[in-house]
Amino acid sequence: MKISIKSMVAILLFAPILIFGADSIPTIEKNAQAIADVQNNANFIWTLLAAFLVFFMQAGFAMVETGLTRAKNAVNIMMKNLMDFAFGSLAYWLIGFGIMFGVTATGWFGTNGFLFSDFAKDGDPWLYAFWMFQVVFAATAATIVSGAMAERTKFVSYLIYSVVISALIYPVFGSWAWGSLYHGGGWLEGLGFIDFAGSTVVHSVGGWAALAGAIVLGPRIGKFTKDGKPKAIPGHSLTLAALGTFILWFGWFGFNPGSTTTANTDIALIAITTNLSAAAGTIAAMFTAWFAIGKPDGSMALNGALAGLVAITAGCANVSPLSAVIIGLIAGVLVVYSVVFIERVLKVDDPVGAVSVHAVCGAFGTLAAGVFDVGGFSWSVVGVQVLGVVAAFLWVFPAAFILFKVIDKTIGLRVTKEEELEGLDIGEHGMEAYPDFEKVS
Amino acid sequence: MKKIEAIIRPGQLEDLHGELQEAGFAGISVTEIRGYGRQKGHKEIYRGSEYNLEFVPKVKVELVCPNETVEKAIKIIINICKTGKIGDGKIFIIPIEDAIRIRTEESGESAI
Repeated sequence: MKISIKSMVAILLFAPILIFGADSIPTIEKNAQAIADVQNNANFIWTLLAAFLVFFMQAGFAMVETGLTRAKNAVNIMMKNLMDFAFGSLAYWLIGFGIMFGVTATGWFGTNGFLFSDFAKDGDPWLYAFWMFQVVFAATAATIVSGAMAERTKFVSYLIYSVVISALIYPVFGSWAWGSLYHGGGWLEGLGFIDFAGSTVVHSVGGWAALAGAIVLGPRIGKFTKDGKPKAIPGHSLTLAALGTFILWFGWFGFNPGSTTTANTDIALIAITTNLSAAAGTIAAMFTAWFAIGKPDGSMALNGALAGLVAITAGCANVSPLSAVIIGLIAGVLVVYSVVFIERVLKVDDPVGAVSVHAVCGAFGTLAAGVFDVGGFSWSVVGVQVLGVVAAFLWVFPAAFILFKVIDKTIGLRVTKEEELEGLDIGEHGMEAYPDFEKVS
Repeated sequence: MKKIEAIIRPGQLEDLHGELQEAGFAGISVTEIRGYGRQKGHKEIYRGSEYNLEFVPKVKVELVCPNETVEKAIKIIINICKTGKIGDGKIFIIPIEDAIRIRTEESGESAI
């Protein structure tokens, strides 16, 4: 039988349907769904990629902390940083995430979602991506403290603290400010508190806990003379400290832009504000150290970069690039004077400047997010920022202080004098970080 | 002239150096060493195998001084470095035949 051209065309047109079924006919609804799926997949990719960048910041913290402390304690610093992330991951999975993002009746803490209990089979895997992003933030807050408590803290005591901050102290405040990003809702965010990527939620929380730890511990042996004058205890590798700072700067491009948890064009501006603030902070700290102390001190310049990064973290999405530069410049000056103040006036020994970089510049950055808001200056906005900064201090500092005091009174927080002089690597871990090098304390 | 070699705990170098300077001793040399006398080191375990840390880190301080000031130096060292515990260290006194300052080529006690 002869088949006409018309029939041929008809068969060819409808063959796909015959072979593949009716689903292959493009409709407007199906296209819209497919486009939404692509955006959704992009959100997953961006959020997880950002989470991996923030994970890499753990290496940054490890290098900064060991570079600015002595070689005889390097293994201990590595272990504290490693276990912060290991214990933190599990503690956040078991308890922390639920408290921070679980359903809440009060707006003060969440009550479900522990061990992913609210994840139904074939449920939306966004929970996993979001959790991955959040756990690396929690681990960042936890590891800030190990720097301030370096060179004299008992390892097992530090592990206990690490679990408690990831399970309880960090998530409670986090729920106040960020709970509604998932199933929760906080009283502070309800007031309009601005902290886009966590100047307060992560950095000040870590910083105030660091201050509490350093105070309860007391200074390292040899840090202060009998008349209370501070003596320098130089770090053993400024090269490692610089490497760590570069890694942190790099990872911050996940920390700030990643906090959109959405693949859209907002991330470009956020990357710009992040970078400009870091650069400005580095320059300002270098010049401040140069004029106030005498030379362009390498460790202060490194701290300056971190100060700029911490300070822009709250406002990275709602300030202009010019404001970001100003915020960074102020943070760079602030961190230098803060380090000197904490050491000479408060007489607190903070081996790496963690309190100055994270607590002080975190608080400043949170206020700056209100002051430099592109929406315009408003006293009520700034007022809420102040409230948030104060609330963080009033929750974290006493909680951490009590925790450290309890640990101190039960199993002891600080190592013995002999062990501190010999080095924690041998005392706590039975090994040396640099067995091939001669070294002296 | 005598050379005083003092092997001391590393943590005490700074205090000792300050005291010696105040007492007028012009120059010293410092070496990082490992060693032991009665003070034993540690046995540790590294990845399942035994690892000996018998040699304990110490600092050797060397200074050359005229005979009259040797007693004063020894008193200072013992004052600063004696803790009463094993591992405090040792002091050795060695006679020096001569000393020469390279810059001016002078010799004898004026060179130290």
